[in-house]
Amino acid sequence: MKFLSLVVGNLKRKKLRTLLTLLSIFVAFLLYGLLCAVKEAFTAGIAVAGADRLIVRHKVSLIMTLPVTYQARMESLPGVASAVSFTWFNGIYQNEPKNFFGSFPISHPEAFLAMFPEFLLPEDHKQAWLKTRNGAIVGRALVDRFKWKIGDRIPLVSPIWPNASDGAWDFEIVGIFEGAKKATDTSGFYFRYDYFDEGRKYGKGLVGWYSVQVKDPERAEEVAKAIDEEFANSPHETKAEPEGAFMQGFAQQIGDIGKILIGILSAVFFTILLVAGNTMAQSVRERTEELGALKAMGFSNELVLALVLAESCLIAAVGGLIGLGLAWLIAARGSPVPAMLPVFYLPSRAVLIGVALIFALGSVAGVLPALQAMRLRIADALRRQA
Amino acid sequence: MNEQKTVPGDNALVRVDGVEKVFRRGTEEVHVLADLHLEVRRGEFLALMGPSGSGKSTLLNLIGGLDRPTKGVVSVGGERIDELSDRRLAAWRAQHVGFVFQLYNLLPVLSAERNVELPLLLTHLSKAQRRKHVEAALKMVGLAHRTRHYPRTLSGGEQQRVGIARAIVTDPTLLLCDEPTGDLDRKSGDEILSLLQALNHEQGKTIIMVTHDPHASARAMRTVYLDKGQLFTEKPE
Repeated sequence: MKFLSLVVGNLKRKKLRTLLTLLSIFVAFLLYGLLCAVKEAFTAGIAVAGADRLIVRHKVSLIMTLPVTYQARMESLPGVASAVSFTWFNGIYQNEPKNFFGSFPISHPEAFLAMFPEFLLPEDHKQAWLKTRNGAIVGRALVDRFKWKIGDRIPLVSPIWPNASDGAWDFEIVGIFEGAKKATDTSGFYFRYDYFDEGRKYGKGLVGWYSVQVKDPERAEEVAKAIDEEFANSPHETKAEPEGAFMQGFAQQIGDIGKILIGILSAVFFTILLVAGNTMAQSVRERTEELGALKAMGFSNELVLALVLAESCLIAAVGGLIGLGLAWLIAARGSPVPAMLPVFYLPSRAVLIGVALIFALGSVAGVLPALQAMRLRIADALRRQA
Repeated sequence: MNEQKTVPGDNALVRVDGVEKVFRRGTEEVHVLADLHLEVRRGEFLALMGPSGSGKSTLLNLIGGLDRPTKGVVSVGGERIDELSDRRLAAWRAQHVGFVFQLYNLLPVLSAERNVELPLLLTHLSKAQRRKHVEAALKMVGLAHRTRHYPRTLSGGEQQRVGIARAIVTDPTLLLCDEPTGDLDRKSGDEILSLLQALNHEQGKTIIMVTHDPHASARAMRTVYLDKGQLFTEKPE
């Protein structure tokens, strides 16, 4: 600590240069933090996917429907605990396209809640949902987005599933669920399938896909195969796969988000490394005589090396931590595009990696100038000014 | 030859025996010092004169442990410093030598007191103890009222006083001054020389001063001359 004033003093030597370097590092780590939050938004489903859940969809495409009767047939297969159907409703609130969110009719509310324990719904809300045909349970993020509350009546228009009157579907909010984990998506709107099926104009008896809970997660692949065999050669062949694999495949429709982000961040960090390294190299070159004087006073080569590295790490730490902190604050305020990225937060793991990256950047940027300062011969350094 | 002032007793602090220093410039070898012998007694104020390129600063660097001889022995206080490792030599310098440079070599980003404190950062002294030593050193050079000033706000003479305070703050055995008045006007230079003389007379500091200036060397007890790598007790023709 007693050398801190020396380290800080050296950074104040060229204030504008230090400030510009700090800003570059700040922007790089702000970008890192926000991109990590975006990556999390795309992959959160994989992280929280239940190991004991399968997704069963039409073999051709997710947009093709399956008969509602498949539920009972799947539940009769060995290894299957329960099955719940989902259908993509595509509900739009107040006829405003931007007011779009995930909305799904659920075939068996009780089985659904048991299968998804990450949705924390109070018991009285659950009972209200079971009693109310047009009742809907809504996640905390969606409630916060539209400032809804229990008892609110929500008109939704579905361009896919019009009702018999071609008007808006009428729902009543009877429950609000929280997420058990940070990565749990609480932007969903779930309502009862019986109300939906009775009211829709066409497509009765059809559902979008099923979530199937298996009795033994170790046998998930085996059960998935049995389900597909059960419906083989039928008009509605299925593709069953573990939920995690399904989510991953879904996210990869856009591309390998992880690889894209690593590519962008590598380019950014390499550039910043050059900027910070150049700053430190210039800084060391400019004070060759001073470094010579310090060594003449008795500062050892190792101490001079450590002081230059400390400067480099300090500049990286100030810029990096402010950037990372701001990214965390932005992410903590919630998704800027909740309809597209409902789960948006900076995971602790990304913060820890960011801190490690900050010190790696500081060390790597400073190592060459520090070695140069360490190897500096005192007589040569002092002779430069003579 | 200038008047040879003597110091009582025969207690050599610095011994330079048969020292040679060769620099290489590409394939060419430049012999800067050749078979050089010198003794400096404890409490002596020695001036080292000679034309540019004669090897004065090189000799000072060897005595101060900033460089190593190509051949020969350099010992200070009975310790052979030419044999010390880099790390031990750095520790030795911190403990035994104070340097005063022609261009002061103060750190512009630190105040006078912080500059003077620098060598003390290498000791185990507490912050309060360091402050006490810094105050005493700055008082000794007459700058007790300028402790918070930065080098750019001080005159050349004042900056050199800070440089001297920094050199003496650890109470070193030996004070090595390389052209300490070379960048100063006559008045400031005289003040610096008086200060060095006072440190020699009153504090008993052993001082070796490289200078071009006969006026400065006249303040020393003894003057030796370097020319073409050889040492003379009288100015060579």
